[in-house]
Amino acid sequence: MSLNRDQINSIAHLARLSLTDAEIPVYQDSLSKIVDLVGQLDAAQTAGIEPMAHPLPGLAQRMRPDVVTEKDQHELYQRNAPQVEAALYLVPKVIE
Amino acid sequence: MHTFTLAELAKKLRAKEFSVTELTNSLLGRVAASQPKLNAFITVTESEALARAKTADEAFAAGRAGPLTGLPLAHKDIFCTKGVRTSCGSRMLDNFVSPYDATVVEKLDAAGMVTLGKTNMDEFAMGSSNETSFYGPVRNPWDSKLVPGGSSGGSAAAVAARVAPVATATDTGGSIRQPASLCGVTGIKPTYGRVSRYGMIAFASSLDQGGLISISAEDAAMVLNAMAGFDPRDSTSVDTPVPDYVATLNAPLAGLKIGLIQEFFDKGLSADVEKCIREALSVYEKLGATLIEVKLPSLPLSVPTYYVVAPAECSSNLARFDGVRYGYRCQDPKDLLDLYKRSRGEGFGAEVKRRIMTGTYVLSAGYYDAYYLKAQRVRQLINQDFRRAFGEVDVLMGPTAPDVAFAIGAKSSDPIQMYLNDIYTIGANLAGVPAMSIPCGFARGLPVGLQIAGPHFAEAKLLNVAHAFQKETDWHRRLPDAFAKEML
Repeated sequence: MSLNRDQINSIAHLARLSLTDAEIPVYQDSLSKIVDLVGQLDAAQTAGIEPMAHPLPGLAQRMRPDVVTEKDQHELYQRNAPQVEAALYLVPKVIE
Repeated sequence: MHTFTLAELAKKLRAKEFSVTELTNSLLGRVAASQPKLNAFITVTESEALARAKTADEAFAAGRAGPLTGLPLAHKDIFCTKGVRTSCGSRMLDNFVSPYDATVVEKLDAAGMVTLGKTNMDEFAMGSSNETSFYGPVRNPWDSKLVPGGSSGGSAAAVAARVAPVATATDTGGSIRQPASLCGVTGIKPTYGRVSRYGMIAFASSLDQGGLISISAEDAAMVLNAMAGFDPRDSTSVDTPVPDYVATLNAPLAGLKIGLIQEFFDKGLSADVEKCIREALSVYEKLGATLIEVKLPSLPLSVPTYYVVAPAECSSNLARFDGVRYGYRCQDPKDLLDLYKRSRGEGFGAEVKRRIMTGTYVLSAGYYDAYYLKAQRVRQLINQDFRRAFGEVDVLMGPTAPDVAFAIGAKSSDPIQMYLNDIYTIGANLAGVPAMSIPCGFARGLPVGLQIAGPHFAEAKLLNVAHAFQKETDWHRRLPDAFAKEML
Protein backbone atom coordinates (compact mmCIF):
# COMPACT_ATOMS: atom_id res chain seq x y z
CA MET A 1 0.00 0.00 0.00
CA SER A 2 1.22 3.44 -0.87
CA LEU A 3 0.40 6.58 1.11
CA ASN A 4 0.07 9.80 -0.87
CA ARG A 5 1.27 13.30 -0.05
CA ASP A 6 -2.13 14.40 1.28
CA GLN A 7 -2.31 11.43 3.62
CA ILE A 8 1.14 12.22 5.04
CA ASN A 9 0.14 15.86 5.52
CA SER A 10 -3.07 14.81 7.23
CA ILE A 11 -1.26 12.36 9.57
CA ALA A 12 1.34 15.02 10.39
CA HIS A 13 -1.43 17.50 11.18
CA LEU A 14 -3.19 15.02 13.49
CA ALA A 15 0.17 14.36 15.20
CA ARG A 16 0.86 18.13 15.45
CA LEU A 17 4.13 17.85 13.55
CA SER A 18 5.36 20.37 11.02
CA LEU A 19 7.16 18.70 8.11
CA THR A 20 9.43 20.32 5.56
CA ASP A 21 8.78 19.72 1.86
CA ALA A 22 11.86 17.52 1.76
CA GLU A 23 10.56 15.31 4.59
CA ILE A 24 7.23 14.46 2.97
CA PRO A 25 8.47 12.03 0.27
CA VAL A 26 10.78 10.37 2.83
CA TYR A 27 7.83 9.63 5.12
CA GLN A 28 5.63 8.68 2.18
CA ASP A 29 8.15 6.00 1.32
CA SER A 30 8.91 4.71 4.80
CA LEU A 31 5.37 4.82 6.19
CA SER A 32 4.13 2.94 3.11
CA LYS A 33 6.73 0.24 3.79
CA ILE A 34 5.73 0.07 7.46
CA VAL A 35 2.06 -0.27 6.52
CA ASP A 36 3.06 -3.15 4.23
CA LEU A 37 5.08 -4.74 7.04
CA VAL A 38 2.21 -4.58 9.52
CA GLY A 39 -0.09 -5.87 6.78
CA GLN A 40 1.42 -9.30 7.52
CA LEU A 41 -0.93 -9.40 10.52
CA ASP A 42 -3.92 -9.81 8.19
CA ALA A 43 -2.96 -13.43 7.62
CA ALA A 44 -3.15 -14.33 11.33
CA GLN A 45 -6.22 -16.25 12.48
CA THR A 46 -7.50 -14.22 15.42
CA ALA A 47 -11.23 -15.04 15.56
CA GLY A 48 -12.29 -15.38 19.20
CA ILE A 49 -8.90 -14.23 20.53
CA GLU A 50 -9.07 -11.71 23.33
CA PRO A 51 -7.01 -8.55 22.57
CA MET A 52 -4.04 -8.18 24.92
CA ALA A 53 -3.56 -4.63 26.17
CA HIS A 54 -0.70 -5.25 28.60
CA PRO A 55 1.41 -8.22 29.67
CA LEU A 56 0.05 -8.82 33.17
CA PRO A 57 -3.60 -9.83 32.83
CA GLY A 58 -5.42 -10.35 36.09
CA LEU A 59 -3.66 -7.44 37.72
CA ALA A 60 -6.18 -4.67 38.19
CA GLN A 61 -5.15 -1.03 38.26
CA ARG A 62 -4.57 -0.04 41.85
CA MET A 63 -6.43 2.81 43.49
CA ARG A 64 -4.89 5.05 46.10
CA PRO A 65 -6.56 7.12 48.80
CA ASP A 66 -7.67 10.48 47.41
CA VAL A 67 -5.35 12.57 49.55
CA VAL A 68 -2.75 15.21 48.74
CA THR A 69 0.71 13.65 48.61
CA GLU A 70 2.62 16.29 46.64
CA LYS A 71 3.82 19.57 48.02
CA ASP A 72 3.62 22.76 45.97
CA GLN A 73 6.82 22.97 43.93
CA HIS A 74 5.57 24.96 40.95
CA GLU A 75 8.59 27.26 40.96
CA LEU A 76 10.93 24.29 40.66
CA TYR A 77 8.82 22.67 37.95
CA GLN A 78 8.37 25.88 35.98
CA ARG A 79 12.12 26.41 35.74
CA ASN A 80 11.95 24.09 32.72
CA ALA A 81 9.19 26.07 31.03
CA PRO A 82 10.03 28.13 27.93
CA GLN A 83 7.93 31.11 29.11
CA VAL A 84 6.29 31.74 32.48
CA GLU A 85 4.69 34.79 34.02
CA ALA A 86 3.05 35.00 37.46
CA ALA A 87 3.26 31.20 37.74
CA LEU A 88 1.35 30.82 34.47
CA TYR A 89 2.65 29.15 31.30
CA LEU A 90 2.60 31.60 28.41
CA VAL A 91 1.49 30.67 24.90
CA PRO A 92 0.61 32.79 21.85
CA LYS A 93 -2.72 34.56 22.12
CA VAL A 94 -5.62 32.11 21.71
CA ILE A 95 -8.67 34.37 22.10
CA GLU A 96 -8.85 37.66 20.21
CA MET B 1 41.02 -1.45 38.42
CA HIS B 2 38.81 -1.02 35.32
CA THR B 3 38.77 -4.73 34.48
CA PHE B 4 37.17 -5.83 37.75
CA THR B 5 33.54 -6.86 37.95
CA LEU B 6 31.27 -5.14 40.44
CA ALA B 7 31.51 -8.16 42.74
CA GLU B 8 35.32 -7.97 42.65
CA LEU B 9 35.31 -4.20 43.19
CA ALA B 10 33.04 -4.65 46.23
CA LYS B 11 35.54 -7.09 47.78
CA LYS B 12 38.53 -4.84 47.03
CA LEU B 13 36.86 -1.77 48.48
CA ARG B 14 36.04 -3.74 51.61
CA ALA B 15 39.65 -4.96 51.80
CA LYS B 16 40.76 -1.31 51.40
CA GLU B 17 42.94 -2.11 48.37
CA PHE B 18 41.82 1.28 47.07
CA SER B 19 39.32 3.91 48.13
CA VAL B 20 36.03 4.78 46.45
CA THR B 21 37.52 8.18 45.57
CA GLU B 22 40.51 6.53 43.86
CA LEU B 23 38.20 4.20 41.95
CA THR B 24 35.87 7.05 40.95
CA ASN B 25 38.75 9.23 39.79
CA SER B 26 40.19 6.40 37.75
CA LEU B 27 36.88 5.72 36.01
CA LEU B 28 36.13 9.42 35.46
CA GLY B 29 39.50 9.54 33.67
CA ARG B 30 38.41 6.65 31.48
CA VAL B 31 35.05 8.30 30.78
CA ALA B 32 36.80 11.49 29.59
CA ALA B 33 39.42 9.62 27.56
CA SER B 34 36.88 7.32 25.91
CA GLN B 35 34.44 10.08 24.99
CA PRO B 36 36.10 11.15 21.67
CA LYS B 37 36.35 7.46 20.68
CA LEU B 38 32.93 6.19 21.80
CA ASN B 39 30.58 9.12 22.55
CA ALA B 40 28.97 6.85 25.15
CA PHE B 41 27.99 9.70 27.49
CA ILE B 42 25.67 12.67 27.08
CA THR B 43 26.44 14.19 30.48
CA VAL B 44 29.28 13.45 32.89
CA THR B 45 28.48 14.20 36.55
CA GLU B 46 32.04 14.53 37.81
CA SER B 47 31.57 16.77 40.84
CA GLU B 48 28.47 14.89 42.03
CA ALA B 49 30.35 11.60 41.60
CA LEU B 50 33.33 12.79 43.65
CA ALA B 51 31.04 14.10 46.40
CA ARG B 52 29.22 10.77 46.55
CA ALA B 53 32.54 8.90 46.51
CA LYS B 54 33.64 10.89 49.56
CA THR B 55 30.40 9.97 51.37
CA ALA B 56 30.95 6.33 50.44
CA ASP B 57 34.53 6.41 51.75
CA GLU B 58 33.17 7.81 55.02
CA ALA B 59 30.62 4.98 55.15
CA PHE B 60 33.44 2.44 54.75
CA ALA B 61 35.49 4.16 57.46
CA ALA B 62 32.52 4.13 59.82
CA GLY B 63 31.70 0.49 59.05
CA ARG B 64 28.34 1.46 57.52
CA ALA B 65 28.99 0.22 53.98
CA GLY B 66 26.32 -1.94 52.30
CA PRO B 67 26.81 -4.41 49.44
CA LEU B 68 26.70 -1.66 46.78
CA THR B 69 28.35 1.21 48.64
CA GLY B 70 30.87 3.07 46.51
CA LEU B 71 30.32 1.00 43.38
CA PRO B 72 30.30 3.10 40.21
CA LEU B 73 27.51 3.10 37.65
CA ALA B 74 26.10 5.11 34.77
CA HIS B 75 22.45 5.84 34.10
CA LYS B 76 20.87 5.72 30.69
CA ASP B 77 19.75 9.27 29.97
CA ILE B 78 16.11 8.15 30.00
CA PHE B 79 16.09 8.02 33.82
CA CYS B 80 15.32 11.36 35.46
CA THR B 81 18.13 12.65 37.68
CA LYS B 82 17.34 15.56 39.96
CA GLY B 83 19.26 18.71 39.10
CA VAL B 84 20.97 17.06 36.12
CA ARG B 85 19.99 17.32 32.46
CA THR B 86 17.84 14.37 31.38
CA SER B 87 17.71 14.54 27.59
CA CYS B 88 16.43 11.13 26.45
CA GLY B 89 18.80 11.60 23.51
CA SER B 90 16.56 14.31 22.08
CA ARG B 91 16.82 17.95 21.10
CA MET B 92 13.33 18.16 22.65
CA LEU B 93 14.80 17.68 26.14
CA ASP B 94 18.28 19.10 25.55
CA ASN B 95 17.45 21.90 28.03
CA PHE B 96 15.49 19.76 30.51
CA VAL B 97 16.89 19.62 34.03
CA SER B 98 14.85 17.07 35.93
CA PRO B 99 13.22 18.40 39.10
CA TYR B 100 13.07 14.88 40.59
CA ASP B 101 14.80 11.51 40.63
CA ALA B 102 13.45 8.35 39.02
CA THR B 103 12.74 5.63 41.61
CA VAL B 104 15.58 3.55 40.13
CA VAL B 105 18.00 6.47 40.57
CA GLU B 106 16.74 7.11 44.10
CA LYS B 107 17.14 3.44 45.07
CA LEU B 108 20.66 3.05 43.69
CA ASP B 109 21.69 6.37 45.27
CA ALA B 110 20.31 5.15 48.58
CA ALA B 111 22.33 1.95 48.18
CA GLY B 112 25.45 4.14 48.02
CA MET B 113 26.32 3.70 44.35
CA VAL B 114 28.28 6.47 42.61
CA THR B 115 26.79 7.80 39.36
CA LEU B 116 29.49 8.74 36.81
CA GLY B 117 27.10 10.22 34.29
CA LYS B 118 24.26 9.75 31.85
CA THR B 119 24.70 7.49 28.84
CA ASN B 120 23.90 8.19 25.22
CA MET B 121 20.93 6.46 23.62
CA ASP B 122 18.70 6.44 20.58
CA GLU B 123 16.29 9.37 20.74
CA PHE B 124 13.44 8.47 23.12
CA ALA B 125 14.79 4.89 22.99
CA MET B 126 13.61 4.49 19.40
CA GLY B 127 16.31 2.75 17.45
CA SER B 128 18.54 -0.32 17.28
CA SER B 129 21.86 1.33 16.47
CA ASN B 130 22.18 4.48 18.59
CA GLU B 131 22.30 6.52 15.39
CA THR B 132 19.09 8.44 16.15
CA SER B 133 20.58 10.27 19.15
CA PHE B 134 20.58 14.09 18.94
CA TYR B 135 24.09 13.85 20.45
CA GLY B 136 25.49 11.73 17.64
CA PRO B 137 26.04 8.00 17.32
CA VAL B 138 27.82 5.87 19.90
CA ARG B 139 30.64 3.75 18.49
CA ASN B 140 31.15 0.07 19.20
CA PRO B 141 34.27 -0.42 21.39
CA TRP B 142 35.18 -3.55 19.39
CA ASP B 143 35.34 -1.56 16.14
CA SER B 144 34.70 2.16 15.96
CA LYS B 145 33.20 1.90 12.46
CA LEU B 146 30.37 -0.22 13.84
CA VAL B 147 27.21 0.53 15.80
CA PRO B 148 26.93 -0.58 19.42
CA GLY B 149 23.26 -1.52 18.95
CA GLY B 150 20.44 0.36 20.59
CA SER B 151 18.66 1.93 22.08
CA SER B 152 20.86 1.50 25.19
CA GLY B 153 24.01 1.81 23.06
CA GLY B 154 25.82 4.19 25.40
CA SER B 155 25.25 1.92 28.40
CA ALA B 156 26.44 -1.15 26.47
CA ALA B 157 29.51 0.59 25.01
CA ALA B 158 30.46 2.06 28.41
CA VAL B 159 30.39 -1.38 30.06
CA ALA B 160 32.11 -3.10 27.11
CA ALA B 161 34.96 -0.56 27.20
CA ARG B 162 35.12 -0.92 31.01
CA VAL B 163 34.45 2.78 31.41
CA ALA B 164 31.66 1.92 33.85
CA PRO B 165 31.27 -1.55 35.38
CA VAL B 166 27.48 -1.39 35.20
CA ALA B 167 24.84 0.85 33.65
CA THR B 168 21.08 1.11 33.80
CA ALA B 169 19.20 0.59 30.55
CA THR B 170 15.66 0.12 29.27
CA ASP B 171 14.12 -2.39 26.91
CA THR B 172 10.93 -1.87 24.88
CA GLY B 173 11.70 -4.22 21.99
CA GLY B 174 15.26 -5.36 22.70
CA SER B 175 17.01 -2.15 23.74
CA ILE B 176 18.95 -3.83 26.56
CA ARG B 177 19.61 -7.25 25.02
CA GLN B 178 20.51 -6.28 21.44
CA PRO B 179 23.24 -3.73 22.38
CA ALA B 180 24.49 -6.12 25.09
CA SER B 181 24.83 -8.77 22.38
CA LEU B 182 26.55 -6.44 19.89
CA CYS B 183 29.00 -5.14 22.53
CA GLY B 184 29.79 -8.46 24.25
CA VAL B 185 28.29 -7.66 27.66
CA THR B 186 25.55 -9.03 29.92
CA GLY B 187 22.07 -7.48 29.79
CA ILE B 188 18.87 -8.22 31.66
CA LYS B 189 15.36 -7.05 30.90
CA PRO B 190 13.28 -7.96 33.95
CA THR B 191 9.60 -8.92 33.91
CA TYR B 192 7.17 -6.14 32.98
CA GLY B 193 6.32 -4.45 36.29
CA ARG B 194 9.36 -5.75 38.23
CA VAL B 195 11.36 -2.50 38.20
CA SER B 196 9.67 0.85 38.80
CA ARG B 197 9.18 3.09 35.78
CA TYR B 198 8.52 6.22 37.81
CA GLY B 199 10.82 8.85 36.32
CA MET B 200 11.72 6.64 33.35
CA ILE B 201 10.64 8.60 30.28
CA ALA B 202 7.81 6.66 28.62
CA PHE B 203 7.98 5.30 25.07
CA ALA B 204 5.49 2.39 24.83
CA SER B 205 3.85 1.84 28.18
CA SER B 206 2.68 -1.75 27.70
CA LEU B 207 6.24 -2.80 26.75
CA ASP B 208 8.83 -0.57 28.48
CA GLN B 209 10.89 -2.08 31.29
CA GLY B 210 14.01 -0.86 33.07
CA GLY B 211 16.98 -3.14 33.61
CA LEU B 212 20.75 -3.35 33.50
CA ILE B 213 23.83 -3.86 31.42
CA SER B 214 26.79 -5.33 33.31
CA ILE B 215 29.96 -7.38 32.91
CA SER B 216 28.51 -10.47 34.56
CA ALA B 217 25.24 -12.03 35.67
CA GLU B 218 26.52 -11.92 39.24
CA ASP B 219 26.89 -8.13 38.99
CA ALA B 220 23.40 -7.83 37.52
CA ALA B 221 22.02 -9.86 40.46
CA MET B 222 23.70 -7.54 42.97
CA VAL B 223 22.25 -4.39 41.43
CA LEU B 224 18.83 -5.87 40.64
CA ASN B 225 18.51 -6.69 44.35
CA ALA B 226 18.46 -2.95 45.04
CA MET B 227 16.60 -1.88 41.91
CA ALA B 228 13.60 -4.23 41.77
CA GLY B 229 10.48 -3.96 43.86
CA PHE B 230 7.08 -2.40 44.31
CA ASP B 231 6.66 1.34 43.84
CA PRO B 232 3.32 2.93 44.68
CA ARG B 233 4.26 5.82 42.33
CA ASP B 234 4.20 3.50 39.29
CA SER B 235 0.70 2.15 38.58
CA THR B 236 2.13 -0.79 36.60
CA SER B 237 4.56 -1.79 39.35
CA VAL B 238 3.83 -5.27 40.68
CA ASP B 239 3.57 -5.88 44.42
CA THR B 240 5.39 -9.23 44.66
CA PRO B 241 8.34 -9.84 46.98
CA VAL B 242 11.84 -9.49 45.53
CA PRO B 243 13.93 -12.62 46.15
CA ASP B 244 17.66 -12.34 46.88
CA TYR B 245 19.00 -12.77 43.35
CA VAL B 246 22.57 -13.30 44.60
CA ALA B 247 21.59 -16.14 46.96
CA THR B 248 20.47 -18.50 44.18
CA LEU B 249 23.24 -17.75 41.64
CA ASN B 250 25.06 -21.01 42.31
CA ALA B 251 22.09 -23.40 42.29
CA PRO B 252 22.98 -26.51 40.21
CA LEU B 253 21.53 -26.76 36.70
CA ALA B 254 21.08 -30.54 36.68
CA GLY B 255 17.65 -31.38 35.30
CA LEU B 256 17.16 -27.91 33.77
CA LYS B 257 14.94 -28.07 30.70
CA ILE B 258 16.03 -25.62 27.99
CA GLY B 259 13.65 -24.92 25.12
CA LEU B 260 15.28 -24.03 21.82
CA ILE B 261 13.03 -21.66 19.92
CA GLN B 262 12.86 -23.24 16.46
CA GLU B 263 11.62 -20.03 14.84
CA PHE B 264 14.88 -18.31 15.87
CA PHE B 265 17.10 -20.74 13.97
CA ASP B 266 15.74 -19.54 10.66
CA LYS B 267 17.31 -18.46 7.40
CA GLY B 268 17.84 -14.95 8.75
CA LEU B 269 20.40 -16.16 11.31
CA SER B 270 24.07 -15.86 10.31
CA ALA B 271 25.78 -19.24 10.14
CA ASP B 272 28.74 -18.25 12.33
CA VAL B 273 26.43 -16.70 14.94
CA GLU B 274 24.43 -19.93 14.98
CA LYS B 275 27.66 -21.88 15.51
CA CYS B 276 28.45 -19.83 18.66
CA ILE B 277 24.92 -20.37 19.97
CA ARG B 278 25.10 -24.15 19.37
CA GLU B 279 28.46 -24.31 21.17
CA ALA B 280 26.97 -22.40 24.14
CA LEU B 281 24.09 -24.85 24.24
CA SER B 282 26.54 -27.75 24.44
CA VAL B 283 28.07 -26.10 27.54
CA TYR B 284 24.64 -26.26 29.15
CA GLU B 285 24.30 -29.93 28.20
CA LYS B 286 27.59 -30.60 29.99
CA LEU B 287 26.16 -28.83 33.04
CA GLY B 288 23.31 -31.34 33.12
CA ALA B 289 20.62 -29.46 31.21
CA THR B 290 18.37 -31.07 28.60
CA LEU B 291 17.73 -29.36 25.27
CA ILE B 292 14.20 -29.58 23.91
CA GLU B 293 13.07 -28.12 20.61
CA VAL B 294 9.99 -25.95 21.01
CA LYS B 295 7.81 -24.16 18.50
CA LEU B 296 6.31 -20.71 19.02
CA PRO B 297 4.37 -20.52 15.75
CA SER B 298 3.07 -16.94 16.13
CA LEU B 299 6.47 -15.51 17.08
CA PRO B 300 7.46 -14.63 13.48
CA LEU B 301 4.65 -12.04 13.63
CA SER B 302 6.28 -10.22 16.53
CA VAL B 303 7.91 -7.49 14.39
CA PRO B 304 4.68 -6.42 12.63
CA THR B 305 2.78 -6.68 15.94
CA TYR B 306 5.35 -4.49 17.64
CA TYR B 307 5.31 -1.89 14.87
CA VAL B 308 1.62 -1.32 15.51
CA VAL B 309 1.58 -1.48 19.32
CA ALA B 310 4.78 0.49 20.04
CA PRO B 311 4.17 3.42 17.66
CA ALA B 312 0.53 3.66 18.80
CA GLU B 313 1.60 3.97 22.43
CA CYS B 314 4.48 6.27 21.52
CA SER B 315 2.21 8.67 19.62
CA SER B 316 0.07 8.93 22.71
CA ASN B 317 2.96 9.21 25.24
CA LEU B 318 4.87 11.79 23.21
CA ALA B 319 1.82 14.01 22.89
CA ARG B 320 2.98 15.56 26.17
CA PHE B 321 5.83 17.36 24.42
CA ASP B 322 4.00 20.49 23.41
CA GLY B 323 6.56 23.28 23.78
CA VAL B 324 4.54 24.78 26.63
CA ARG B 325 5.53 23.29 29.98
CA TYR B 326 9.06 22.03 29.34
CA GLY B 327 11.35 21.11 26.51
CA TYR B 328 12.09 22.72 23.17
CA ARG B 329 10.04 25.64 21.89
CA CYS B 330 10.29 26.98 18.33
CA GLN B 331 11.19 30.62 17.63
CA ASP B 332 8.38 33.18 17.14
CA PRO B 333 5.30 30.95 16.90
CA LYS B 334 2.51 32.75 15.08
CA ASP B 335 -0.29 30.98 16.94
CA LEU B 336 -0.80 28.03 19.30
CA LEU B 337 -1.07 25.45 16.51
CA ASP B 338 2.13 26.74 14.94
CA LEU B 339 3.81 26.54 18.36
CA TYR B 340 2.80 22.87 18.78
CA LYS B 341 3.67 21.84 15.25
CA ARG B 342 7.01 23.56 14.88
CA SER B 343 8.19 22.82 18.44
CA ARG B 344 7.51 19.14 17.79
CA GLY B 345 8.62 19.17 14.16
CA GLU B 346 11.95 20.81 15.06
CA GLY B 347 12.41 19.21 18.50
CA PHE B 348 11.96 15.59 17.43
CA GLY B 349 14.34 13.73 15.11
CA ALA B 350 13.39 11.80 11.98
CA GLU B 351 12.84 8.36 13.55
CA VAL B 352 10.75 9.67 16.44
CA LYS B 353 8.55 11.56 13.99
CA ARG B 354 8.23 8.38 11.90
CA ARG B 355 7.02 6.42 14.92
CA ILE B 356 4.63 9.14 16.07
CA MET B 357 3.12 9.31 12.57
CA THR B 358 2.88 5.51 12.29
CA GLY B 359 1.09 5.45 15.63
CA THR B 360 -1.20 8.31 14.67
CA TYR B 361 -2.09 6.50 11.45
CA VAL B 362 -2.88 3.10 13.04
CA LEU B 363 -5.00 4.75 15.72
CA SER B 364 -6.84 7.11 13.37
CA ALA B 365 -10.60 6.84 12.75
CA GLY B 366 -11.47 3.84 10.60
CA TYR B 367 -8.13 2.08 11.08
CA TYR B 368 -8.18 1.24 14.80
CA ASP B 369 -9.78 -2.21 14.48
CA ALA B 370 -7.77 -3.21 11.42
CA TYR B 371 -4.44 -2.35 12.98
CA TYR B 372 -4.39 -1.78 16.74
CA LEU B 373 -7.05 -4.28 17.78
CA LYS B 374 -5.71 -6.84 15.31
CA ALA B 375 -2.18 -6.38 16.68
CA GLN B 376 -3.44 -6.81 20.25
CA ARG B 377 -5.05 -10.11 19.24
CA VAL B 378 -1.85 -11.35 17.58
CA ARG B 379 0.02 -10.22 20.70
CA GLN B 380 -2.25 -12.55 22.67
CA LEU B 381 -1.33 -15.43 20.32
CA ILE B 382 2.37 -14.73 20.89
CA ASN B 383 1.74 -14.55 24.63
CA GLN B 384 -0.03 -17.93 24.50
CA ASP B 385 2.96 -19.39 22.62
CA PHE B 386 5.26 -18.33 25.47
CA ARG B 387 2.90 -19.68 28.15
CA ARG B 388 2.61 -23.01 26.36
CA ALA B 389 6.39 -23.23 25.97
CA PHE B 390 6.96 -22.48 29.68
CA GLY B 391 4.59 -25.34 30.48
CA GLU B 392 7.16 -27.66 28.92
CA VAL B 393 10.54 -26.06 29.67
CA ASP B 394 12.18 -23.92 32.39
CA VAL B 395 13.87 -21.40 30.12
CA LEU B 396 13.96 -20.62 26.41
CA MET B 397 17.20 -20.01 24.53
CA GLY B 398 18.26 -18.74 21.15
CA PRO B 399 20.31 -15.97 19.57
CA THR B 400 19.76 -12.37 20.75
CA ALA B 401 20.36 -10.85 17.31
CA PRO B 402 20.52 -12.33 13.82
CA ASP B 403 24.05 -11.05 13.25
CA VAL B 404 27.01 -9.27 14.84
CA ALA B 405 27.34 -5.46 14.91
CA PHE B 406 26.88 -3.70 11.55
CA ALA B 407 28.50 -0.55 10.13
CA ILE B 408 27.36 2.92 11.15
CA GLY B 409 25.13 4.15 8.33
CA ALA B 410 24.52 0.69 6.85
CA LYS B 411 20.84 0.49 7.80
CA SER B 412 19.94 4.03 8.80
CA SER B 413 18.18 4.84 5.52
CA ASP B 414 15.99 1.73 5.57
CA PRO B 415 13.75 1.60 8.66
CA ILE B 416 12.44 -1.90 7.88
CA GLN B 417 15.98 -3.37 7.80
CA MET B 418 16.67 -1.60 11.09
CA TYR B 419 13.45 -2.93 12.66
CA LEU B 420 14.37 -6.51 11.73
CA ASN B 421 17.38 -6.35 14.09
CA ASP B 422 14.95 -6.86 16.93
CA ILE B 423 13.28 -9.90 15.41
CA TYR B 424 14.44 -12.21 18.24
CA THR B 425 14.00 -9.80 21.15
CA ILE B 426 10.54 -8.28 20.67
CA GLY B 427 8.62 -11.43 21.68
CA ALA B 428 9.71 -11.16 25.32
CA ASN B 429 8.42 -7.57 25.50
CA LEU B 430 5.08 -8.49 23.93
CA ALA B 431 4.64 -11.31 26.48
CA GLY B 432 6.19 -9.26 29.32
CA VAL B 433 8.59 -12.07 30.28
CA PRO B 434 12.12 -11.51 31.60
CA ALA B 435 15.02 -12.11 29.23
CA MET B 436 18.80 -11.77 29.19
CA SER B 437 21.64 -11.65 26.70
CA ILE B 438 25.05 -13.02 27.68
CA PRO B 439 28.28 -13.09 25.66
CA CYS B 440 28.84 -16.56 24.19
CA GLY B 441 31.61 -16.21 21.62
CA PHE B 442 32.81 -14.27 18.61
CA ALA B 443 31.96 -14.34 14.93
CA ARG B 444 34.24 -12.45 12.53
CA GLY B 445 36.01 -11.09 15.63
CA LEU B 446 32.81 -9.53 17.03
CA PRO B 447 30.77 -10.55 20.06
CA VAL B 448 27.73 -12.82 19.86
CA GLY B 449 24.98 -12.91 22.50
CA LEU B 450 22.98 -15.87 23.75
CA GLN B 451 19.42 -14.98 24.71
CA ILE B 452 17.76 -16.62 27.73
CA ALA B 453 14.08 -16.01 28.51
CA GLY B 454 11.99 -17.27 31.41
CA PRO B 455 8.43 -17.13 32.75
CA HIS B 456 7.14 -14.01 34.52
CA PHE B 457 9.22 -13.16 37.62
CA ALA B 458 11.84 -15.86 36.91
CA GLU B 459 14.75 -13.38 37.09
CA ALA B 460 16.47 -15.47 39.79
CA LYS B 461 16.41 -18.51 37.51
CA LEU B 462 17.72 -16.55 34.51
CA LEU B 463 20.59 -15.09 36.54
CA ASN B 464 21.40 -18.54 37.94
CA VAL B 465 21.43 -20.04 34.44
CA ALA B 466 23.58 -17.18 33.09
CA HIS B 467 26.00 -17.32 36.03
CA ALA B 468 26.50 -21.07 35.58
CA PHE B 469 27.61 -20.41 31.98
CA GLN B 470 29.90 -17.57 33.05
CA LYS B 471 31.63 -19.87 35.57
CA GLU B 472 32.45 -22.25 32.71
CA THR B 473 33.47 -19.68 30.08
CA ASP B 474 35.33 -16.38 29.94
CA TRP B 475 33.56 -14.67 27.02
CA HIS B 476 32.14 -12.08 29.42
CA ARG B 477 35.65 -11.19 30.64
CA ARG B 478 36.99 -10.38 27.16
CA LEU B 479 37.48 -6.70 26.44
CA PRO B 480 38.46 -4.85 23.30
CA ASP B 481 42.23 -4.26 22.87
CA ALA B 482 41.73 -0.52 22.44
CA PHE B 483 40.34 -0.32 26.00
CA ALA B 484 42.50 -2.92 27.71
CA LYS B 485 44.98 -0.50 29.31
CA GLU B 486 44.13 1.29 32.53
CA MET B 487 45.11 4.71 31.14
CA LEU B 488 43.34 5.34 27.83
